Amino acid sequence: METPVLQAININKYFLDPVRFRVLKDISFSIGRGSFVSITGKSGCGKSTLLYILSTMDTDYEGELFLDNEALQEKDNAALALVRNQKIGFVFQFHYLIEEFNVLKNVMLPAMKLGKFSNEMIEQKAMQHLKTLGIYDQALKNASQLSGGQKQRVAIARALINDPLIIMGDEPTGNLDKKNSDIVFGIFKEICLENKQTTLVVTHDPDFAKRADRIIQMEDGKILL
Amino acid sequence: MKTRLLLNIALALLMARLKQSIVAAAGVTFGIAMFIALISFMTGLNKMLDSLIINRTPHIRLYNAVAPSKTQPVDRAGEFAGFRNFIQSVKPKDEGKRLYNASRIIKAIRADGRVIDVAPKISTTVFFNSGTIQLSGMIDGVDVQLEQKLFHLNDNIIQGTISDLGTVNNSIIIGKGLADKLIVKPGDVVQVTTPDGDIAMLKIVGIVQFGIAEVDDVQSFTSLQTAQKLQGKPAGYITDIQVKLKDITLAPVVAKEYARLFDMDATDVQTANAQFETGTTVRNTIAYSVSVTLLVVAGFGIYNILNMLIYEKMDAIAILKATGFSGNDVKTIFIQLSMVLGVVGGIVGVLLGYGLSLIISHIPFETSALPTIKTYPVNFGVTYYLIGVGFALITTYLAGLFPARKAAKVDPVVIIRGK
Repeated sequence: METPVLQAININKYFLDPVRFRVLKDISFSIGRGSFVSITGKSGCGKSTLLYILSTMDTDYEGELFLDNEALQEKDNAALALVRNQKIGFVFQFHYLIEEFNVLKNVMLPAMKLGKFSNEMIEQKAMQHLKTLGIYDQALKNASQLSGGQKQRVAIARALINDPLIIMGDEPTGNLDKKNSDIVFGIFKEICLENKQTTLVVTHDPDFAKRADRIIQMEDGKILL
Repeated sequence: MKTRLLLNIALALLMARLKQSIVAAAGVTFGIAMFIALISFMTGLNKMLDSLIINRTPHIRLYNAVAPSKTQPVDRAGEFAGFRNFIQSVKPKDEGKRLYNASRIIKAIRADGRVIDVAPKISTTVFFNSGTIQLSGMIDGVDVQLEQKLFHLNDNIIQGTISDLGTVNNSIIIGKGLADKLIVKPGDVVQVTTPDGDIAMLKIVGIVQFGIAEVDDVQSFTSLQTAQKLQGKPAGYITDIQVKLKDITLAPVVAKEYARLFDMDATDVQTANAQFETGTTVRNTIAYSVSVTLLVVAGFGIYNILNMLIYEKMDAIAILKATGFSGNDVKTIFIQLSMVLGVVGGIVGVLLGYGLSLIISHIPFETSALPTIKTYPVNFGVTYYLIGVGFALITTYLAGLFPARKAAKVDPVVIIRGK
């Protein structure tokens, strides 16, 4: 078997407020390259908490975490920011577009931060992604002028701009209707198949979860197999 | 490249709250403009007030004080050595006011690198006769060129010029108050009586006014030669040596040095006019504290706006952090935001401050003390503009620093999960 993109070993997480409470209990799993994985479970089972630990944004946990064979638990915040910038793409339930910028600039921001390519190259790449996602004609509009589905697609384009190893979604279709959900699902599926990028999505939409390659079912902070 | 990207984001966030940003920048503008106008005006006034006295006063004056001998004859007598000698009714010694060896001393002082120049002076009291009335007064015999060079006497001469003293024989420039009392004008001849009883006729070539009644009522000027003739003294008779230094703060030290070196009395300008320095310091302190207060208030304005902006732009901060901007990047963005307000506000403030100073410098200001000054004095020194801008940058940096640190600490998970 090839080396996993993401590997979690004995992850434990406690909430301290209002009382010490163990949210995640010895979570261990790994995800291979190019797979489409969904994490599902009831509200409060810890699936989002797990995702934010995997995403490197939450650093307050016990256990070991490897992304692309790099140990993440030892890195400081600045190094983790770089990891997020290069290797992880995010799509949240809410689009989090910056209203002051137009669609194109929103998509370009993470790549400009990375600074690997010239601005012209980044712009070309961003336009390419917008074209693939079918919102090419909205590129110069302000983010606030788009519909909900369009915004979510812009957010996906932004997640893809740095060719991340893994794309993480937290209820990416939570705010969308059936039609737009299908579109978003289609996009994720395509990303996995064509670019061999890994997709990890937290959802409690059973339809969405079922269509993934692999489902991780969670209950009470534990993974059910 | 990276800084430009961050600046780009900062500007975009600024545009989101353009109105408040303008108000915040206006606070800085106002602070700096007032600082510059106030300081320019204050220092301009200070300079003028100082010039009233300090410029007309030598930094060091060498003279012979009327005083008893420090060593009385009895102290020199060997048989009374070791005793305590009491002498009653000691009188000042009679050596006159004349400075001996004056021309050599002047030459020696002029060779000193710390000195701008040296001017000799003869000072004597006289009576001005008008009919049967005698008015007491002072005549200063001065070296015409040096007096103008060191003390700008011409600034106070309201009729005629100081150079007339050199060209017209037996001429005199008299104080305004004196001229009014004697009812004379330039071209008239005035009769003076010296302390020794000699009578001389002097032609009035100018009127001088210092704006201080006690001075204007008694003071008059003539050339060195005329003063010597008047008293029947030989050429080389001098009672005062006036020294101007390049650095006025050295005056007390140099005065002591000269007093020891030339064995005569010396006073420095600081001792003679202590109250002026105090006044200058107090005025400067007031101007600085008012201006600094204005800028600090402007700083609080910026702090407030940025705090508000951070709460409003939590989402943007969260997504920037999620997509790989580090805490430091976010901090830089908000500090830059604040600095942009500081720079823009500062530049406009400098222009406005310059405009205000210009307006002040055109307001009419008539003073009898300085006949040549017609409008308020303003000091257009570049230093104050630089201080203003520097302070604006520091204030806005600090005002931005605390909100920026808060923004840097924003936990994206809390924001994103909260939605």
